[in-house]
Amino acid sequence: MSVSITIQNAVKRYGDAVIIPDLSLEIREGEFFTLLGPSGCGKTTLLRMIAGFNSIEGGDFYFGTTRINDLDPARRNIGMVFQNYAIFPHMTVRANIAFGLLNRKLPAGEIAARADEFLGLVRISEYADRLPERLSGGQQQRVALARALAIHPDVLLMDEPLSNLDAKLRLEMREAIKEIQRSVGITTVYVTHDQEEAMAVSDRIAVMNGGVIRQIGTPRALYQRPADLFVATFIGHTNVLDGELNRNGAESGVTLAGVHVPLQTLAGDAGPQRVKVSVRPEDFYLAGPGAGVVAGVVERSVFLGLNTHYHVRLPSGEAVEIVQESVMEDPIAPATPVRLGIKSQKINVFDEAGAVSLMAPLVGA
Amino acid sequence: MIRSPRRLELWHVVSIGILAVYGLFLVYPLLGMLKDSVLTADGSFSLRYFQRFFGERYYLNTVLNSFKLSFATMCFALLVGIPLAYLYNFYVIRGRAVVQVLIVLSSMSAPFVGAYAWILLLGRSGLITRFLRDSVGIEIPTIYGFNGVVLVLTLQLYPLVFLYVSGALRNVDRSLLEASQSLGTSNLKRFFRVVLPLCMTSILASALLVFMRAMADFGTPLVIGEGYRTFPVEIYKQYVGETSQNYSFAAAISVVAIAITAIVFLLQKLAANRFSFKMNALNRIEPKRAKPLASVLIHAFTYLVVTVSMLPQAYLAYSSFRKTNVFGNFVAGYSFDSYREAWRYVSKALPTTLLIGGLSLVVVVLMSILIAYMVVRRRSILNNTIDTMSMLPYIIPGSVVGIALALAFSSRPLVLTGTVVIMVVAMCIRRSPYTIRSSVAILQQIPVATEEAAISLGASKLKTFFRITTPMMANGIIAGAILSWVTILTELSASIMLYSAKTQTLTLTIYVLVSRGIDGPASAVATILMLFTVLSLALFMLLSKNRDLAL
Repeated sequence: MSVSITIQNAVKRYGDAVIIPDLSLEIREGEFFTLLGPSGCGKTTLLRMIAGFNSIEGGDFYFGTTRINDLDPARRNIGMVFQNYAIFPHMTVRANIAFGLLNRKLPAGEIAARADEFLGLVRISEYADRLPERLSGGQQQRVALARALAIHPDVLLMDEPLSNLDAKLRLEMREAIKEIQRSVGITTVYVTHDQEEAMAVSDRIAVMNGGVIRQIGTPRALYQRPADLFVATFIGHTNVLDGELNRNGAESGVTLAGVHVPLQTLAGDAGPQRVKVSVRPEDFYLAGPGAGVVAGVVERSVFLGLNTHYHVRLPSGEAVEIVQESVMEDPIAPATPVRLGIKSQKINVFDEAGAVSLMAPLVGA
Repeated sequence: MIRSPRRLELWHVVSIGILAVYGLFLVYPLLGMLKDSVLTADGSFSLRYFQRFFGERYYLNTVLNSFKLSFATMCFALLVGIPLAYLYNFYVIRGRAVVQVLIVLSSMSAPFVGAYAWILLLGRSGLITRFLRDSVGIEIPTIYGFNGVVLVLTLQLYPLVFLYVSGALRNVDRSLLEASQSLGTSNLKRFFRVVLPLCMTSILASALLVFMRAMADFGTPLVIGEGYRTFPVEIYKQYVGETSQNYSFAAAISVVAIAITAIVFLLQKLAANRFSFKMNALNRIEPKRAKPLASVLIHAFTYLVVTVSMLPQAYLAYSSFRKTNVFGNFVAGYSFDSYREAWRYVSKALPTTLLIGGLSLVVVVLMSILIAYMVVRRRSILNNTIDTMSMLPYIIPGSVVGIALALAFSSRPLVLTGTVVIMVVAMCIRRSPYTIRSSVAILQQIPVATEEAAISLGASKLKTFFRITTPMMANGIIAGAILSWVTILTELSASIMLYSAKTQTLTLTIYVLVSRGIDGPASAVATILMLFTVLSLALFMLLSKNRDLAL
């Protein structure tokens, strides 16, 4: 049975150091929810508070309507997958998976049946009677996943489960995790520092920094309408330019690098002010002469196969990175003057401190 | 960190229980000894024992001698052990496995047995002495006194350095050496500039261990030291009383001895802190083939060290088959008489040794697992106290353990002298700091996540401890246990003060025979003990997947 998770005004302190000052969060039933942030942002701390391995200094944690603050971790009915797998090295794969079932004193027949079911689900049946030390990292993580799911937990907690795997296995395992989570339909809280991984698996993501949630949203919302400059720079790449927001009656836009760019996507109440503008590398395009086009000089280029990246110096002195699909000719030579058009509906405008987005909410996300 | 619940749970009871055990068998005897050292017979406070100690050259010299002896032994053990470990791990040596087994074996007898064998070889009427005097006409320098003690202890203790440094070299990544080579470092420079500093933590640890062992050794100076007086012997003399018993003076000497070992211990910690870094080898060093000439020298050095350190035991084994007269002294010819005679002693001492050794081992292993778990996983003021307490015996020489226990438990309300219990207590105190340290190190390497996984799967904390934590520690614990077993078998300095006819172990039996000059049976019992040790080791190798001995 899957449950929702509600966290109200959570506080975490180690001695005098406040790790999480005041955090509230609602995770929906059956949702794949990711805590994403740089290391030290408090995401693992929060996960371990949900699991019961960290003490809770303030606030309330609920699974459904049950308050779990004082519930022993062994009684929370959680499945947990750890960064270093935490497979019991002295037990066979099958014994690892059966461990939680034995603790629940299920009949022997049911334990065997369920162990087989989950061995099959994560596709490691052939290794059932081996000791885990002979398994690869990916296989060990499958064991860990099966072991966590076999007890039919209310929630599945995963702490950077892919970070010890090599790049190729990581891609394969994240597909597997996503697929298994869908088929089981369990509420999942997933911790990672890898934004691409988070985007790939999550229904919704909470971006954390300094113990504070900066934004909660779908992967698309985080990328296309980040709530502040931190989220804009943490999710994907972006160029941050100084700009000026102007309003002229119904017409509004920003001036950046000496060029006026009209915008229809600004929030209605955003008044004229100095602003930070986030323009992702793919939001620039090479253009001919015309209105709203920024002049610049190519400084260097990097050919990466599918795309070619250019570093362009603008007249304002600011440097930007732009991405173009690679062409069959040589990349544009350094010192070549270019003109850059801007896909204005995609850019994001923040107040000068970078703390508040001045954009209208995204439709449909 | 696992949440600490507010209610009193089993682990708090265990903590308090362990503290109580330490309190009764360690703190109470030590405080009692401290009290004895400053109280006169009529119960008034007095520093006169200390005045006497520092006032008379003779007594002061016993401690100074011990210090000189230990320091010299430490230097020589390092000089032999470090190069040996380096050559062994860096170069191809024929018969590697045999070499290692022999090095380990040579450290596994009681030092005084080695001293005794060296007297048979190099003493006034020793085999080699007579041969050189009679057929070559060379008079070799005397083996008795300072030189002999240092020789015996060095040969006994360099294997510790070898094992520690070899262990450290196993954690040195090959690429570090390749990096130094690619930066143009010669082999010799590499040894001093890269290899030595990388192993410094282990070198310092082994140096301290050698120093402490040498300092505490009781039998060697007594057997081969002749006029060279050391403090463990002096404590024993004051306690047993050749002329008159003086417990208070023995206690005062003990206090001074602890002060010295404590200072050495702290100095070592200070030095070791400068070199603390963690290493983990992705690619271990692989022995290389040396150039022909170098290879000959490497083999010559290795084989020489191994031969010399095995010589005493080999000669004892040989002697045990020689004919003896009614006094037990060797005469021409061979026979099994010594074994027939020895069996009289062994048939009594072997069951005693097994009982005391077995009980001690069980207690030591149990304490190590529990204390490691509490120190590493359940930090609290109580458990930090246990942590500190568990290291206390490290700086207390065996003779001091012996006298403190003897003084504390020879009068009401708790009379334990002469019982198996007090022997077990002494063995545990002597050995526990080593096993506890290694257990702590083992547990620190096990990620706590594995235990959290068990808890998240619904296992109770107690079940997690027994089903997950203990089995994961087992391999390392067994490796440490075998060394505990051997050191318990050969313990002399504390048990000499505590034994009775009922609790005479094999090692004590050998000591009694040696001190009475009953050579034949002495060498036979020593050989039997050696065989017994070898069998224990072989059994361990057979049972354990882990071939590396941990100290």
